[in-house]
Amino acid sequence: MKLELRGITKRFGALVANDDINLTVEAGEIHALLGENGAGKSTLMNVLYGLYRAEEGEILLDGVAQHFAGPGDAMAAGIGMVHQHFMLIPVFTVAENVMLGHEETTLGGRLDLAAARVRVKEISDRFGFHVDPDALVENLPVGVQQRVEIIKALSRDAKVLVFDEPTAVLTPQETDELMVIMRQLKDAGTSIVFITHKLREVREVADRITVIRLGKVVGEASPTADNEELATLMVGRAVDLTVDKAPATPGAPALVVSNLTVVDRTGQVLVNDVSFDVKVGEILAIAGVQGNGQTELTEALMGLQPRVLGEISLDGKSLRNRSVRQVLDAGVGFVPEDRTRDGLVGAFTIAENLMLDRSNKLPFVKRFNLQLSYLADFARSKVREFDVRSQGIETPVGRLSGGNQQKVVLARELSRDLRLFIAAQPTRGLDVGSIEFVHERIVATRDAGTPVIVISTELDEVAALADRIMVMYRGRIVGIVPGDTPRSVLGLMMAGANPQEGAAA
Amino acid sequence: MSAVQEPPAPGRTPTPEPVEESRWHGIFREITTGNAIISVLAVVIALAVGAVMIAFTNEDVQESAGYFFSRPTDLLSAVWQAVSGAYSALFQGSIYNFRRDTFADGIRPLTETLTYATPLIAAGLGVALGFRVGLFNIGGRGQMLIAATLGGWVAFALELPAGIHMVAALVAGVAGGALWGGLVGLLKARTGAHEVITTIMLNYIAFYLVSYLLRDGFLKTPGSNNPQSPASKPNSVFFDLLGPGYNLHFGFILVIAATVFTWWLLGRSSLGFKFRAVGENPNAAKVAGISVQRMYVYAMLFSGGLVGLAGINQVIGTTTSGFGAGIDSGIGFDAITVALLGRSKPWGVFAAGILFGAFKAGSFSMQAAEGVPIDIVLVVQSLIVLFIAAPPLVRAIFRLPTPGAPRRKPVPNVTQEVVAK
Repeated sequence: MKLELRGITKRFGALVANDDINLTVEAGEIHALLGENGAGKSTLMNVLYGLYRAEEGEILLDGVAQHFAGPGDAMAAGIGMVHQHFMLIPVFTVAENVMLGHEETTLGGRLDLAAARVRVKEISDRFGFHVDPDALVENLPVGVQQRVEIIKALSRDAKVLVFDEPTAVLTPQETDELMVIMRQLKDAGTSIVFITHKLREVREVADRITVIRLGKVVGEASPTADNEELATLMVGRAVDLTVDKAPATPGAPALVVSNLTVVDRTGQVLVNDVSFDVKVGEILAIAGVQGNGQTELTEALMGLQPRVLGEISLDGKSLRNRSVRQVLDAGVGFVPEDRTRDGLVGAFTIAENLMLDRSNKLPFVKRFNLQLSYLADFARSKVREFDVRSQGIETPVGRLSGGNQQKVVLARELSRDLRLFIAAQPTRGLDVGSIEFVHERIVATRDAGTPVIVISTELDEVAALADRIMVMYRGRIVGIVPGDTPRSVLGLMMAGANPQEGAAA
Repeated sequence: MSAVQEPPAPGRTPTPEPVEESRWHGIFREITTGNAIISVLAVVIALAVGAVMIAFTNEDVQESAGYFFSRPTDLLSAVWQAVSGAYSALFQGSIYNFRRDTFADGIRPLTETLTYATPLIAAGLGVALGFRVGLFNIGGRGQMLIAATLGGWVAFALELPAGIHMVAALVAGVAGGALWGGLVGLLKARTGAHEVITTIMLNYIAFYLVSYLLRDGFLKTPGSNNPQSPASKPNSVFFDLLGPGYNLHFGFILVIAATVFTWWLLGRSSLGFKFRAVGENPNAAKVAGISVQRMYVYAMLFSGGLVGLAGINQVIGTTTSGFGAGIDSGIGFDAITVALLGRSKPWGVFAAGILFGAFKAGSFSMQAAEGVPIDIVLVVQSLIVLFIAAPPLVRAIFRLPTPGAPRRKPVPNVTQEVVAK
């Protein structure tokens, strides 16, 4: 089915999220929609899916104008969406999830589960998905859950499939498998809109690429274009994708972690007997697919995990079973992976957030009194130094873009005297420009002699920053390898394989 | 370590929650600390609905409605008479009575309003402080009763010099409230028990404890079978601000001081900064090294202490002749309304407390002068809360834009349409 968007304009108040966007997706084509976060990709797709009503423009399917009042209409017209966060019910089986929302019933109102099961089986076999209709969704790996989402869309006869940032939660191997699936769907005649900001994936699978910036289509590109070219289109200026970084000059080990184990409330082991060290003046990247114990490991280091065994010491002083306050006072800077949840108070101003973890210390507080004029001066200088774009230091951080929010977190953490800097997913959800800035700052921190830990699920980021790479899988360390380890080896290690090189370094 | 369970498969561990607070948390924040305009508009709507009720319950209106089609003007004038009469009586009973000859007499209603407002503001500040830390303190009643018990005992049982006696009773009262509130904070911090449940239960405990003490304990008046405490000693009582002709007493000055203190605590102190951080985002507060548990305990101590001020105000300010188990007279619950209407901001609570004091003072004269039942005022108060708890309703009525949400149409368009009609 051929999809055409003509002159779509969507405004939110004064903000124009989509400005006269034209997009044509031919039948059986994979069309990549490339753009930074906030460029208007998701808005456009929500217009397509009937979640937003556009002020101007029209949607055509095979040349026929469509009017969607809601997602139901869009689905009925043959548009399917695979969301970034899966819309599945974990305790339901695959078949139950697939039938949810358009349940067929037998005589007497009983759910016709058998029909749904046959449906799932049929679609699964057709594309070689290997999905068991009776498996509980919560027991399935993320990659398979995504296939369930795809089956859900296909079972509603979707002719146009929209994938919204589908690879964010996948391992490199699962990503490759998804690419294969997308090509199969394409061969079966399905049109695919592939939303992403990852250049590599786009070039691998897309037939055509449309780049969106600030709500406008800024150009089309062919998959043969190189990374720099695409990034320049996306950001609107020349971008340096590699991080300038001198070879590390590691000194003595600063952070020493030995036999660290983290257990959750139910006795499940989240981090299993982990030992490593981080040296002065080096960046240790902890790589791994989301949910393999990295989060719990950093929380254990920060004093945020209550059940910790083993030993953690920083510059010879033990950090185990210390409160967060004590860990911060020992000179640990921390950028949490979910900045809006753990890093910032959205309703607080930029200035207030800049003093969040120093709220009982001179010079911010003197005899119970907040030193507001000092704070204002401090905030103004930090906003300048870290180039936080806002209407002023009194702006609530909840109103800032992700990149500017992250700059506030960085400004706060890096303006203390640090003995160790931990950055978890420091560029998640950021635009290319902000990523550049964050990476530069992290390298500068290392060069100043601070040991740095970067936790990341993005191989690009790991490769760009790491002096050494530690790969985690199911709570264990698969191996600690040099920073220039090839991507393919890292990919295997992230899936749990322990290659020979893993023993080295 | 090999004996322990296999760690979770990567796919099983749920990916972190999408960046979205719980819906309840968001609603709680909007209701407790939302826009001041909503408060004002809620009062306006509530008064309008109250006017309808006054009209409906008025006998003249009912009578003239019977021959509406022959002489409709009768109905309209009857409605006008009823509503304007009621509201002007409300005004004269709460602000200034024009029927009195001298200014000193005419202004008396206002002093009554302020007297009624005093405990409402104090308790309202306590509840509001809780709201700002994300705590819903429904335990005003219990905290007031314990404050009255401790403070009241100091007031009637001890013999102390003037001044010192009052201060001692005041301190005992505030400490009693803080104790009863702090207990809630401690339970929440240590065990995670929800404050809504514990405060309600502590209300019952306080009520029956005080009832027992009044009958058989140290609050019992010797030689009397009434469940009422002895009268407070003259030395312990708040002095009158405007002389013996008026009820307004020193408690009102204390409440102004309490408002200033709460404003400073929340807005200017490091403890208040931490309070607000915990109230807005406990996760981020925890990661920033703020002990969320400790803040809950401190916040409930302050909250209970402020409510305790309301409790002691009753015993040594308003009803000095001894108290029963009903001494709180519902102020602990009205305080929730006051805090909501004041948007949990100290000066907002102050203003809301005075408004509710005016309602209380004015409702008596409304009943006396116009025969409008006092219940109408209670209905109006309840309507105010209802409208505040449903901000979207107020927004819909006044066509205000939803904060943070995309506007469907630019605002000017809407007004043009309205004008065109």
